[in-house]
Amino acid sequence: MTSQSYVRTEMVAAQKPPGVQTGIVLWMREKLFSSWLNAALTLVAVYAVYSILATVGPWFYRSVWTGSSLTECRATLAATYGEGVSGACFAVIRERWQQILFGFYPRELYWRPTLTLVLMLVALWPVLFSSAPRGVLWFSAAFPAVAFWLLWGGTVWLPVMILLGFAVGYLAYRLISPLNGLLGAIAAILAPIFWWLFLCGPAAELVQSVISIELRQLKSADFGGFLLSTVIGISGIVFSLPIGVLLALGRQSDLLIVRTVCVAFIEGFRGVPLITLLFVASLLLNYFLPPGTEFDVILRVIIMVTLFSAAYMAEVIRGGLAALPRGQYEAADALGLDYWKAQRLIIMPQALKITIPGIVGQFIGLFKDTTLVSFISLQDPLQLVSSIRANTQWNGVYWEPFLFVGFLFFIFCFSMSRYSMYLENKLKTDHR
Amino acid sequence: MTAMIDTPKANFRLSMLIYDTRYRSLTIQVVFLVLLSLFLWWLVANTIHNLALKDKDFDFGFLGVRAGYDINQTLIQYTNDSTHGRALMVGLLNTLFLAFLSCVLATVIGVIAGVLRLSKNWIVSRLMAIYVETFRNVPVVLWIVLVNAIMSISMPEPKEFRGENPEASMILFDTVAVTNRGVYMPGPAFEHSLGYTQIGPVYLDNDILAIFAVLAASIWGYRKLQKHAGAVQNATGVRPVTWWKSAAILIVPIVALKFALGFHLIYPELKGFNFNGGLQARNSMIAMWLALSVYSATYIAESVRGGILAISRGQSEAALALGLQQSKAMRLVVLPQAMRVIVPPLISQYLSITKNTSLAIAVGYMDLRSTLGGITMNQTGKELECMLLLMGIYLTISVIISALMNVYNRSIKLVER
Repeated sequence: MTSQSYVRTEMVAAQKPPGVQTGIVLWMREKLFSSWLNAALTLVAVYAVYSILATVGPWFYRSVWTGSSLTECRATLAATYGEGVSGACFAVIRERWQQILFGFYPRELYWRPTLTLVLMLVALWPVLFSSAPRGVLWFSAAFPAVAFWLLWGGTVWLPVMILLGFAVGYLAYRLISPLNGLLGAIAAILAPIFWWLFLCGPAAELVQSVISIELRQLKSADFGGFLLSTVIGISGIVFSLPIGVLLALGRQSDLLIVRTVCVAFIEGFRGVPLITLLFVASLLLNYFLPPGTEFDVILRVIIMVTLFSAAYMAEVIRGGLAALPRGQYEAADALGLDYWKAQRLIIMPQALKITIPGIVGQFIGLFKDTTLVSFISLQDPLQLVSSIRANTQWNGVYWEPFLFVGFLFFIFCFSMSRYSMYLENKLKTDHR
Repeated sequence: MTAMIDTPKANFRLSMLIYDTRYRSLTIQVVFLVLLSLFLWWLVANTIHNLALKDKDFDFGFLGVRAGYDINQTLIQYTNDSTHGRALMVGLLNTLFLAFLSCVLATVIGVIAGVLRLSKNWIVSRLMAIYVETFRNVPVVLWIVLVNAIMSISMPEPKEFRGENPEASMILFDTVAVTNRGVYMPGPAFEHSLGYTQIGPVYLDNDILAIFAVLAASIWGYRKLQKHAGAVQNATGVRPVTWWKSAAILIVPIVALKFALGFHLIYPELKGFNFNGGLQARNSMIAMWLALSVYSATYIAESVRGGILAISRGQSEAALALGLQQSKAMRLVVLPQAMRVIVPPLISQYLSITKNTSLAIAVGYMDLRSTLGGITMNQTGKELECMLLLMGIYLTISVIISALMNVYNRSIKLVER
């Protein structure tokens, strides 16, 4: 057979699509001008962006970073860009950023909060990323005591003795549980409480008088700025999660009294604004405690914030518990696991996993809520901004310090929410 | 097969309280209850002791005493001769009023932002994402303070509205003046006002009652009419023409009432150093309202977006396959299902807006916390009573809102199998 010359032996190269269907033109047609409504929206949006940039842009561009008062700032502005031109005066931040970060913490001791922050990052590392060496977890466990000592100062032996309380509990458990399991468990709870209440302080004093290691003691009034927000926020976060888990379990429990009390607690704390609880912490706690009891105002705020947040956390976790299929509980029962083992090995890992977004959202809310402490006259960043603005040098400056504070909050909260997305992705085990 | 071991003897031993699961839960609960009661008793005993030490008593009699302070923004009649109880009511109404306004605006902004964030339009969806992320990651107090600053620093003074060539001018056809002292708007007035009815401590404005009564009657009549039209349509297949009847039912009575009461608007006018006449919304209120709405709207936007995304694509595809238009598919198929997901977080957002109104402390809006938990508390020195009452009121509001939410949730619950 001869070759059939009318049949092509090679393919024709594909034609390029028409110009309007490729690249930027296609993208614009699809994403910006797909319909009349869309085109109108695009124009409105472009106009909005333009008008915002046109107001804020030049103000940002003409920023002054040096100077020790607003008058100086304005003089520099006038000299550079001519009279009557407005521009940002970021000199106030350059001058006062340490105050916004640390409050009235003594300047020569700034290394202490800074070191605490670095250590906190180390302590968080194994908690946040599973690739970290597990041994560091021991450091994470001890970190609260370390942070307390570094921030507040005083003798090192007090936090050490407080940590020893846990060892005392463990020891009591090991000694007594061979005799009777239940007694052992009770001893493991009572012994450390006894230790903390009665022996801890004297023991710390005793050791301190022999081997004296101490940092300069600071009062809570010295705390302020983001240091204060972070201390309250992080402690609230750390303590509210376990309490929240317990409350959620209590609310799901079959025990009538436990359930009622948990529901009352959760609804009670969720039903009132945080600010009233802070007022309770600052005004009413004196009524509820034995006369003459004085305890630190930051500690009181941390307790209130923790309880408030724990109530919300409990609801978030309850959502996760409710979302688990019944079969998981039944399978745990079928394996012969007791209640706590089932919770620890089967229920909680799954429930916590699906509630990660809610939990992190709660953390973010808690951190933002720390700004409310300014209303019971603690020196949080916003309070410091108002005192900077009340200062004669900076009287009249407005946006810049607020921008700075807002920006720092944004960084913190935004990175938390991104981390939660990362975690969600990493833990996702369904293959949908 | 081995014989079964004898069942344990029925007689009760003390150790069974701990080792027998039948009794153990009871033991745990009793121990728990005893510990809890001891703790509460300890708190109460301390409180009684402390009150005695400070020579104070626990009673709410101060609510009937003359308050003696002024409140700059009231919805009901109040002078400094009124009682603390009246001041409480003023504060509570201010709180609820602000909460209501903020919920409405937040819902509007939130729904728009949530829908637009899902838009196929690249620039619009990005803008909305930026808006949501920026506003929800910064504390709401900062937004409140910031809006307050914009209102009181950037807005013109009343005197700048004066003269032939004023530096500032009123907006919306010369009816609304935005100044650094607040926003002045036209206010309603009645020539033939019906006055007030006083029932105990409660004053009721007859004009407003009349308006509500007429509106309710109109709506009831309109419903009746529609129902009747529906019945006729079901019976005959032809729907009677009702549009002019419904228009008449809805419009005529309220217009008649307007003339009967001599309703007209009073426009704000510049007199001396300030505007007079009409309504004034103080900066503190505007700041609270805008900041709370814009902040909470980001959360509402996220739940709206989540709700729409939660409806599987199959639903809208099926609706389109049935031949419904895009808009009808959205309205009849997707939205009703999405509402089930959207409404619970929406209501809890309303709850948190209501609680966040207590942040009015930052700008000095006279809400419940500023009257009862602020000036009243400082004047009478009744911290315990005031705080308990304050928390009790907030708790009651929350419980009512959650109860409404539960009713709603039950009504829309999917009935499966």
